[in-house]
Amino acid sequence: MEVISFLADGILLALEPVNFALIIIGVTVGLFIGAMPGLGSVNGVAILLPITFLVPPNSAIIFLAAIYYGAMYGGAISSVTLGIPGASTAVATTFDGRPLALQGRASLALVTAALASFVGGTVANVLFTLFAPVLASTALSFGPPEIFALMLLAFATFVGLGGDDIPKTVFSICLGLVLAAVGFDTISGEPRLVLFEIDGFMRGIGFIVLAIGVYGIGEMLWTIEQTRGEVTTTNPKMTVKGMASDAKEAMQRGWKGTWIGSLIGFFVGILPAAGATPGSLMSYGVAKMLSKTPEEYGNGSPDGVAAPEAANNSASTGSMLPMLTLGIPGSPTTAILLGGMVIWGLTPGPRLFLDETEFVWGLIGSFYISNIAALVINLAFIPLFVWMLRMPFTILAPLIFVLSIIGGFAASRSMHDLWLIVIFGMAAFFLRKFDYPLAPAVLAIVLGPIAEPTLRQSLLLSSGDPMIFFNRPIAGPITIIAIILILLPGIKLLRRKRAMAKN
Amino acid sequence: MKLTKRLFLALAASTTIATLPIAAFADGWQPKRPIDFTIMAGAGGGADQIARFIQSVVEANGLTNRPLIPTNRGGGSGAESLLHLKDARDPDHTLLVTLNSFYTTPIRQEALGVDIETFTPIIMMGVDPFVLWVHKDSGIATFEEFVAKVKEMDGEFVMGGTGTGQEDSIVIAYMSGAYDLKVKYIPYDGGGAVAKDLAGKQIMATVNNPSEAKGFYEAGDFVPLLAFSDERMEAYPDVPTLKEKGHDFSYYNQRAIVGAPGMSDEAAAYYREVFGKVYDSEKWQGYLVSESLSPLIMDEAETRAYWSRQVQNHRQLLSEMSN
Amino acid sequence: MRQGEISLVGLLALFSLYLMWKSTELPIGYIRGQGPGGGFWPFWLALGMLLSCLASAWNWWRGLSPASRSDEPLMDAFGWRTLLYVGGSVVVFVALISIVSMYGAVAAFLFYYLRFLGRHSWFLTLTISILLPIGLFFFFEAVMLISMPQGMSFTQPFFDLMYDIIY
Repeated sequence: MEVISFLADGILLALEPVNFALIIIGVTVGLFIGAMPGLGSVNGVAILLPITFLVPPNSAIIFLAAIYYGAMYGGAISSVTLGIPGASTAVATTFDGRPLALQGRASLALVTAALASFVGGTVANVLFTLFAPVLASTALSFGPPEIFALMLLAFATFVGLGGDDIPKTVFSICLGLVLAAVGFDTISGEPRLVLFEIDGFMRGIGFIVLAIGVYGIGEMLWTIEQTRGEVTTTNPKMTVKGMASDAKEAMQRGWKGTWIGSLIGFFVGILPAAGATPGSLMSYGVAKMLSKTPEEYGNGSPDGVAAPEAANNSASTGSMLPMLTLGIPGSPTTAILLGGMVIWGLTPGPRLFLDETEFVWGLIGSFYISNIAALVINLAFIPLFVWMLRMPFTILAPLIFVLSIIGGFAASRSMHDLWLIVIFGMAAFFLRKFDYPLAPAVLAIVLGPIAEPTLRQSLLLSSGDPMIFFNRPIAGPITIIAIILILLPGIKLLRRKRAMAKN
Repeated sequence: MKLTKRLFLALAASTTIATLPIAAFADGWQPKRPIDFTIMAGAGGGADQIARFIQSVVEANGLTNRPLIPTNRGGGSGAESLLHLKDARDPDHTLLVTLNSFYTTPIRQEALGVDIETFTPIIMMGVDPFVLWVHKDSGIATFEEFVAKVKEMDGEFVMGGTGTGQEDSIVIAYMSGAYDLKVKYIPYDGGGAVAKDLAGKQIMATVNNPSEAKGFYEAGDFVPLLAFSDERMEAYPDVPTLKEKGHDFSYYNQRAIVGAPGMSDEAAAYYREVFGKVYDSEKWQGYLVSESLSPLIMDEAETRAYWSRQVQNHRQLLSEMSN
Repeated sequence: MRQGEISLVGLLALFSLYLMWKSTELPIGYIRGQGPGGGFWPFWLALGMLLSCLASAWNWWRGLSPASRSDEPLMDAFGWRTLLYVGGSVVVFVALISIVSMYGAVAAFLFYYLRFLGRHSWFLTLTISILLPIGLFFFFEAVMLISMPQGMSFTQPFFDLMYDIIY
C-alpha cells in the first residue's frame, strides 16, 4: 500500500522534535483562542501566518494546522462554560452543553466534547487518507442546486428544534433569514436592507453579533432576572477519578451522537460551499431524530454534545480536502492557509498532491498527531475551565459580559456591531420572557447566507425553472428527502387528530 | 507569546530566509501606534492574500517598529473600508489595501460621499491582468471557437464571476458588447468559488486573475483563451490579447496601498520607503512573476493622475454596462 | 403579562412591516428567466414574520399561550431594577468605550459590577478591575494583533506609553 508508506513518512515528519514542539504550542494556543468568544481558528491562523515565514513550509503548515485543531476543540469550551457559542461551528454544542453545565455537569460536557472531537477527527483522518482523490471529485459535482438542497435538508433536520409554539418558532426562523439578507445583495450587486439608512448595516449582520447578543447578553439577563441574581451552579471539584467516571459516562451516553457526527460532519465538510457549521447542525438534528429519547435533547443529553462536536472536528479535517486536492478554500481559515502556501512558494491546485508529496503527507501526518495532542491537552485543561465555573456568579457574570463585548468587537472590529449586540441582547431578553425560541434565529442567520445565493444561482442557471432542484441526480433525492422531513411532523399531527376523531 | 516569537526568531537564525537587512530609520517620522492595515475584501481573496503577504515580509524583516494590523472590511463591496478610511481617527496610522472596487464602489454608491481622489497615494505594488478561461472538456481551444460556441448557444452559455459591477463583470460586459455575445452570468461571492464551479463544470467559462486559476491551469483542467492585458503575458505566451484582436481595451486589477485622506507628508514618505523595500524584496519580485502580476511604478503625482483617469474610465464602463 | 405579550407582538408586526417596505427597494417578484429578484427573499420572509405575528395574536385572543392567561405583571419591581442595574450598566459600558477606550470601559464596568452589584471587597474589586483590563490589553494588542477602540484623544498618551512597552 503506497498510501500507508506515505502516511508513515508524514507521521515521522510530524514527530520530528521541532515539528512536534510546534504541534504542542499550536494546539495550546489554538485551544485558548478558540475558547474566547468571538475569536476562532481564523484569528489564530492569521496572526501566526507572518511568523511562519521564519520556519520551513512543512513546519509552518503543521504549526498552523495544529492551531486549527486546537481552536476547534476550544470552541466547545466557550459554549459549555459561558453559554456563548464562540464560533458558528459550536452553536449546536450550547444546546445541550449549557444545560449540563447548569446542572453541575460541566465536566461531563467538556469531557464528552473532547472525546467526541477526538473520534470525529480520527474518523475524518482515516477517510481522508484512504479516499482523498475520489472525494475531491465528488465535492466538485456539488454545484449551487446541490448546496441549496443540502441547506434545505439542514433546515429539515431542525424542524423539531423550536418550542411548542409554532407561530413563534416560525417567526424566529424568518427573522434570522431576513437579518441574514441585510447588507449587500451579491447577485445584483446592490445595497439591500440598509436599515434606517445607517451605513453600518452595509457590512451585514454577522452570525457572531446575533449569537453574542442572544446568548451572552440576553440569556444572562434572563438568568439573573429569573433566579433573582442567586444563581447556584454546584460544579463539584475536579478529581482524576471524577474525570475518569465522566469519561466512562461520556462513552456510554455519547457514542451514538459521536458516530453520527463523525460521518455526517466529514461528508458535509468536504463540500467547499457548505463546511463545518451546517455539518455540525445537521448532525445534531439527525442524532435527535434517530434517538430513542429525543426529549432529552436540549436538556443536557451527552449525545447532543457529542454529535455537533464530533461533526465540527470531522468537518474541519474534511474542509482541508478541497484545499489540498483542488486548491479551493472550504472555509475562511483554509482560505488563509491557502494564502500561506502561496507565500511559501507552493502552488495550490490539483497538482499539489502529486508534486509536493512530502508537504501534503507531512500535513496529513500532523493531523493525526495534532488530534492526539489536542485531546490530551484539552483534557488537562478541563479542571481549569470547571474551576472558572465555580467562581461566585457575581464575578462570573461581569466577566461574561466583558468577554461578550470585547470578543464581539474582536470579531467585527466595529462599534456599530457592538451596539447591535446590546440591542439584540435586550430584545432577546423580552422575547425569551414570552417564550420565543431564539436558537432557530441563530441557525437561520448561519444558513441563510449560504441558502439564498445558491437558490438564486440555481434559478439563474435554469432560467427560472424550479425543476432544477428535482431533475439533477444529486440535488433531486436530497430535495425530496428534505421536503418529506419538513412535511413529516404535519402528517403525524394529522394522523393523530384523525385517530382522536375516531375514538 | 513573546516567548514563542523569540523562539521563532531563534529558529530563523538557523534558516536563511531573511533577504533584507533590518531597516534602520534613525531620523524622521516613525509610527507611534500599531498601523491599521485595512483590507478592502474578505478573508481569503486575492487582495487579502496580497495584504498578508506584504505584512509577512514587513514582519519577517522588521521593517516597521509598530506592527501592521490586517483587518478585513469587505462589507458592501468595499464601501465599509472606504468609509472607515474617510473617517479615520488617526490618518497617519491608517492604510488600505485596494482593488478596483476602490474606483467602482464610490461611483455605484454615490450616497457614500467618498471621493477617492482625497486619499493619499502610497505605492502601486503591481497590477493583476485578467484572462478568459474555459474547462478543457468543453473542447474549445481558441477565442474564435469560443465566440462561435456562445453565439450558437444563444443566451444559454453560462459564465461565472464575482458579481455585477465587479472587475470581471466589466470585462465580460465589454467583451460581450464588442462581439455581440449573449451569456448567462452567475455571480458568486469570491474568485475561489468561481474557479471551483468551473472545475466542476457547473459553469462554462470565467474571466479571472491568473493567480486564481493557475493551479487548475497547471493541472491541465483550464484552458486560457484570451488575455485582457496590454501585451502578451510571459506566463501565457500563446494566448492572444484582446488588443491584437483589434479592440482597444485592457483591464487590470490594481494591487495598491493607499493612505487615509489627510495623512501627513512625513508619514506618507515613511510608508513609501517601507513598502518600497517590500516591493524590491526578492520575495515580492518572485510573487510578481509566479502570480503573473505586471509592475506599474508611479510616483505620487503620476498616481493621482492615474486615479482620475481610472475614475473616468470606470464611470464610462459602468454607465455602458447599465445601458 | 397579558398586555405585555400583545404589545410585543404588535411591535414585532410593525418591525416586519418595516422590513417588507424596506425590501421593496429591490425587485421582490419573480423575474422571468432569472428567478427571484434581490428583494424577493427578505420580502416574503418578512411577510412570514408578519403572518406568524398575526397567528400569535390569534393565539393570544383565544388565550392559548401561557403569557396570555397570566395576570401577573411582566416583571415585579425587583425584575425591573435588575434590568436597569445590569442591562443599563451594559449599555453604559458600550457607551463609555467611545470615550475612555475599551480597556477603560472594561475597568469601569467591572468596578461598578463587582463593588455595587456583587458587593465584593474593595481588595477583590480593585484587583480584578485593574488587572483584567491590563491582561486583556496584552492579549489583544500584543498577541492577537487586534486594536481595540481607543476612545477620545485624551487617552492617547497612555496608549502610546503602553505601545512603547510592548513593541
